[in-house]
Amino acid sequence: MALPNKPMGELNAVVDPAIVEHDVDVLIVGGGMAACGTAFEIKKWASDDLKITLVDKASMERSGAVAQGLSAINTYIGENPIENYVKMVRNDLMGVVREDLIYDCGRHVDESVKLFEEWGLPIWKKDADGENLDGSKPAATLREGGTPVRTGKWQIMINGESYKCIVAEPAKAALGEENCLERIFIVKMLLDKTKANQIAGAVGFSTRDNTVHVFRCKTALVACGGAVNIFRPRSTGEGKGRAWYPVWNAGSTYTMCGQVGATMTMMENRFTPARFKDGYGPVGAWFLLFKAKVQNGLGEFYANSDAVKDELGKFMPYGASAVTPTCLRNHLMINELKEGRGPIYMATDVALNAFLDERKDAGMNEKDLKKFWKHLESEAWEDFLDMSVGQAGLWAGANVEPEKVGSEIMPTEPYLLGSHSGCCGIWCSGPDEDWVPSVDGTRAHQYKWGYNRMTTVDGLFTAGDGVGASGHKFSSGAHAEGRIVAKQMVKFCRDNADFKPELKQTAQELADEIYAPVRLYNEHVGASTSSNVNPNFCKPAGIMMRLMKATDEYGGGVATYYMTSGKLLGICMDLLQLLREDAEKMAAGDLHELMRAWENYHRIWCVEMHIRHIQFREESRYPGFYYRSDFPSVDDENWKCFVNSTFNPETQEWLCEKVECINIVETDPWI
Amino acid sequence: MPSYVDPEKCDGCKGGDKTACMYICPNDLMVLNKEEMKAYNQEPDACWECYSCVKICPQGAIFVRGYDDFVPMGGQVHPMRSADSIMWTVKFRNGNMKRFKFPVRTTAEGAANAYPGDKGANLDDECLLLEADLPTPK
Repeated sequence: MALPNKPMGELNAVVDPAIVEHDVDVLIVGGGMAACGTAFEIKKWASDDLKITLVDKASMERSGAVAQGLSAINTYIGENPIENYVKMVRNDLMGVVREDLIYDCGRHVDESVKLFEEWGLPIWKKDADGENLDGSKPAATLREGGTPVRTGKWQIMINGESYKCIVAEPAKAALGEENCLERIFIVKMLLDKTKANQIAGAVGFSTRDNTVHVFRCKTALVACGGAVNIFRPRSTGEGKGRAWYPVWNAGSTYTMCGQVGATMTMMENRFTPARFKDGYGPVGAWFLLFKAKVQNGLGEFYANSDAVKDELGKFMPYGASAVTPTCLRNHLMINELKEGRGPIYMATDVALNAFLDERKDAGMNEKDLKKFWKHLESEAWEDFLDMSVGQAGLWAGANVEPEKVGSEIMPTEPYLLGSHSGCCGIWCSGPDEDWVPSVDGTRAHQYKWGYNRMTTVDGLFTAGDGVGASGHKFSSGAHAEGRIVAKQMVKFCRDNADFKPELKQTAQELADEIYAPVRLYNEHVGASTSSNVNPNFCKPAGIMMRLMKATDEYGGGVATYYMTSGKLLGICMDLLQLLREDAEKMAAGDLHELMRAWENYHRIWCVEMHIRHIQFREESRYPGFYYRSDFPSVDDENWKCFVNSTFNPETQEWLCEKVECINIVETDPWI
Repeated sequence: MPSYVDPEKCDGCKGGDKTACMYICPNDLMVLNKEEMKAYNQEPDACWECYSCVKICPQGAIFVRGYDDFVPMGGQVHPMRSADSIMWTVKFRNGNMKRFKFPVRTTAEGAANAYPGDKGANLDDECLLLEADLPTPK
């Protein structure tokens, strides 16, 4: 048997990769919902001679957070006033959000959903009797005034297994297949050589052959999702892959934009979803469609207790809303667990049987009842099979049928994202319209500077998970935001027609930097009989575990029930400093491992931003997502403001600032 | 719940440089060993169990075995996807079975309208294609 001191994968990396240089006007980095929105929309505004290229780390057909599919579209405004959408998001995210961006998303999002349906996405409808029809049954479309099946105020149900395939198809067709480069991982954005604070390109590499790709561009969108596998997950063996959010999202959006000086906002925010234990299947439909309730270990439906009402009273006005903010729902659950009143169960059986009893009481006959039950069961299982098959697999292995027995739910490890019930991300310009506040100061304090969704770096845009302080966009909002950006990038090109991007480094210098882990590997691999254990280098897999251990133990992960403190955060920052130094010694023997190495650079950097922001914000704004023991309460008097941070690429220094949070939608009534 | 490949069924997509599973895996996990002409999942603990490879495999050679750190053995969830629907078979550890069929698409593959040739009106307002009269907050 051969010694294991050889590269792991099938596509070995070589020390001298080929270099390909591309000159484009518009560069789209990412291929998920937001980037597909941009790809679809941009040709509607661009002249034919504008060169537009999209670069995706994976295949657009199944890339991004919607790769597996979804069982619902979580943002569809429909009959609701957009102002109410803003109020809901504002309350769920504990008051500190950019209302201009949220409102703007709200006024464009339905058009994206109508396009999805037109492209072939099956959307459930109500029939004349108020019964649910699946999306393949004949019914009026949303554009024709059809009634979607609502679950809660904002969500609509879909048959969404092929959601991403359907959205990617017209995106690719609009841009032209030849302009969509797949399996190229962009790892750094690049500033212009002479024009200060102006994006001029990007560099990445192919995960299929040994080629480094250098792009020069006038404007770029970076939309590569949020960050996963940054805190130690509850399952650390094979199950590490069963992250709640897509495991391939490595914080690339935040890191690549932050490194070129884009101001970040609310990086202290994180999302810690409560989901079915281990399988991480969705709970939204169970809560909203099936009206399921959660029980503690004593069998109590604790959410309605007086103790809980008193606890929520500590977080006014946020705790008073009919729908408790997501972090506070977690907070209540964590209190039960800490008091030893776990496990927490969702009574899925009770919920479904209540529907059956309702029909029985209304006099439905046996045959119809059976049919109704079958339909209900199918709806319940589709929720998982569309978007979280692993949950169905866990139940199959454990002989659990949710219609017969409840299942445990549990708050997961933390994630960084800006499009779900979280709002970390990049500080962006709002629409250039009168209703958006005008504020003096640097861009880090302003709400608009000419190009909607442009970051504080000229020509650099973001969308979806990238745009901070405006959560609850979800899949549809991310697509709409991508469409917004498309038009703005064309406008930027028109206004800067004379700009000729020029990079600071040569293509060879960039290639050397990108391929440093490969060189290190080849230089030292002979020093050990095992490729993964070597005194001269470390491997990406080990670095990721080290990062997740540091954040879990010191940064408020599951190990401490999300509790941290100034002292612990200081230790976390020290560990991250060492980790950054050692990350320079990451080695990669094959192209897959080189991708993992660069993902880890991105993870480490964005986690550092997260910890830095938590350190700066001396309060606990999101109880249930994280707590600071030294500042344990929500302190609206001092901290109802944004925390923005800016890295200076010249001096390598960080600036953290408080930034005023301005309400645009009425605050009385708050909800 | 990592995917695995049945060597009896996998034909390496007949020696093409790019197998279907390699093409589709969002996390770059599926690779082809050219000596054996068989694909495999190179990093099972990074598998999201998104089933993209299972759904696309032309030979039906890819299955999923539950994550070994929390899923009891013996269950199986397996899809058959066509152009307009997907059929799921859920086999429980105790031998019970459930089958579900759901629509996935109401149009033919390739039929999504990319609105080629359509152009927006005014680059200096906030309206996108098909939009007019955008509201502002009250």
